[in-house]
Amino acid sequence: MLDAGHTEETLLEVNNIEVIYNHVILVLKGVSLSVPKGGITALLGGNGAGKTTTLKAVSNLLHSERGEVTKGSINYRGNRVQDLDPADLVKRGVIQVMEGRHCFEHLTVEENLLTGAYTRTDGGANIQQDLEMVYNYFPRLKERRKSQAGYTSGGEQQMVAMGRALMSRPETILLDEPSMGLAPQLVEEIFNIVKDLNEKEGVSFLLAEQNTNVALRFAHYGYILENGRVVMDGPAAELRENPDVKEFYLGMSDEGRKSFRDVRSYRRRKRWLS
Amino acid sequence: MPEQLVFAMEVFLNGLMAGVLYALVALGFVLIYKASGIFNFAQGVMALFAAMTLVGIQKGQVPFAHLINAMLGTHIHHFGWHIHSFIAILLTVGVMILLAWAVQKVVFKHLVGQEPIILFMATIGLAYFLEGFADLMWNSEIKKLDVCMTANACLPQGINIPIDEFTYGIFGYGFFIDNLDITATIVAIILVAALVIFSQYTKQGRAMRAVADDHQAALSVGISLNFIWVLVWSVAGFVALVAGIMWGAKSGVQFSLSLIALKALPVLMLGGFTSIPGAIVGGLIIGVGEKLFEFAIGPMVGGATENWFAYVLALIFLVFRPQGLFGEKIIERV
Repeated sequence: MLDAGHTEETLLEVNNIEVIYNHVILVLKGVSLSVPKGGITALLGGNGAGKTTTLKAVSNLLHSERGEVTKGSINYRGNRVQDLDPADLVKRGVIQVMEGRHCFEHLTVEENLLTGAYTRTDGGANIQQDLEMVYNYFPRLKERRKSQAGYTSGGEQQMVAMGRALMSRPETILLDEPSMGLAPQLVEEIFNIVKDLNEKEGVSFLLAEQNTNVALRFAHYGYILENGRVVMDGPAAELRENPDVKEFYLGMSDEGRKSFRDVRSYRRRKRWLS
Repeated sequence: MPEQLVFAMEVFLNGLMAGVLYALVALGFVLIYKASGIFNFAQGVMALFAAMTLVGIQKGQVPFAHLINAMLGTHIHHFGWHIHSFIAILLTVGVMILLAWAVQKVVFKHLVGQEPIILFMATIGLAYFLEGFADLMWNSEIKKLDVCMTANACLPQGINIPIDEFTYGIFGYGFFIDNLDITATIVAIILVAALVIFSQYTKQGRAMRAVADDHQAALSVGISLNFIWVLVWSVAGFVALVAGIMWGAKSGVQFSLSLIALKALPVLMLGGFTSIPGAIVGGLIIGVGEKLFEFAIGPMVGGATENWFAYVLALIFLVFRPQGLFGEKIIERV
């Protein structure tokens, strides 16, 4: 299962990018990664490691936050995309689901989904069909289609955000922290849907996640970021067995589970530097 | 006293009509504020600019005539033609769209993500710039605005005789209602209906509301903020043109037209900055309120209450219901 859908074709290629916010704050110090077609690629790491920034660099939402890619290159299907508008990227099939859902609170659930189809020009019938497809994956949204998105629950908002992205008929979804603030059961549900979408609709995912445990169970390949650098990468199955990953990210070691306090002090002493 | 009552009814009706005109101005504010969070201080000046442009185009005035004459030593003022009102309005709409595009391109594109106060200051600058620009372009004389769609269907002025006679037949007392006010009411109703349909049922309208809710999320689904803002400023420009026509026909096209923006402020505080129905209801309440107040209380305090009534009402609202009657509370999930 873990290597299912893995093909040789590379969709997204990030080469050694550096990102600076506000002209002074260096956030990414040379991140490289690649996303194969049909795979789920996980981007792991703690707070401030640079996961979100990496995703925003790809989707080009950095610009509106005064961030800038100063070095390196980002290619999608072999074409340089780092100077494009977010809208152009959506048209090319790359869409980001932002951390913290970001639904349009005063629009209804259905209107939220329809905004996802903003860039499409293939006619209302196709859009209607995809709306049904989204409702198929997220039956809960169908029940709540007429409610204002701001009044739905956190899990439903995550579904709205993902459904909205799906409405653009994407090839690649950049999914930022889907588990944030959700109950474990819901996290499992959301990730199962991600897996479904990946297998049945052929959508590739670049997934930023703090919940290393869940992410490595569902992903095919993983990158671990720390302090704006990729410190380790490999197939998800290997990463899960790696003793360092176990110790620092899964909270397990040979001596059994550790308390969070010990882990933190450990990490300060023993840090991967590239 | 029935006579007093009938008079009060007339005052009430006239208040409603005046309220419609306030609401027209307030609408422009709400549109821009909702979509971009900018409180557009220049809305009143936009109405003035639109009205002056309309008159200028209609009468075949040469734009920047003074400037051209001063530089070239010529004496041109008019092209010597008159343009049909309908075409002139279309051309003015074009100018307002151009203005919206220029404002976005030159000013607000560079201020994305800035504090609201900075955006507000920019609109004050814009107001003064536009005012001077309008004077330079069309000179500062007071102009008369006649808008005619056909030879005998001009914007009507004066008292509506049928209503006068009709009410006289019933109450033995004729209602004085300005024909122009009736026209303005009808136009406002059509305008609001069109705006509601646009924002609720079209793709761009939905995108407009999406942008109003969350800029980042709108960007992420591929909505171009620049395009939506140009769109919103164009619509606001169009609303300003309609307000400019109505007010201009009533009181002449002159500088004081831009001050109607100040009358829109209490309307917004009453109705809420984010609500289109709020702007309408707020306008009507202020219009009716100030006329009735003047009628009932005015004589006791020496009159001229219309000058301050709206602001005092707004002040009371600020204390007890700061988001206005229809303003959106920020949705917070618990």
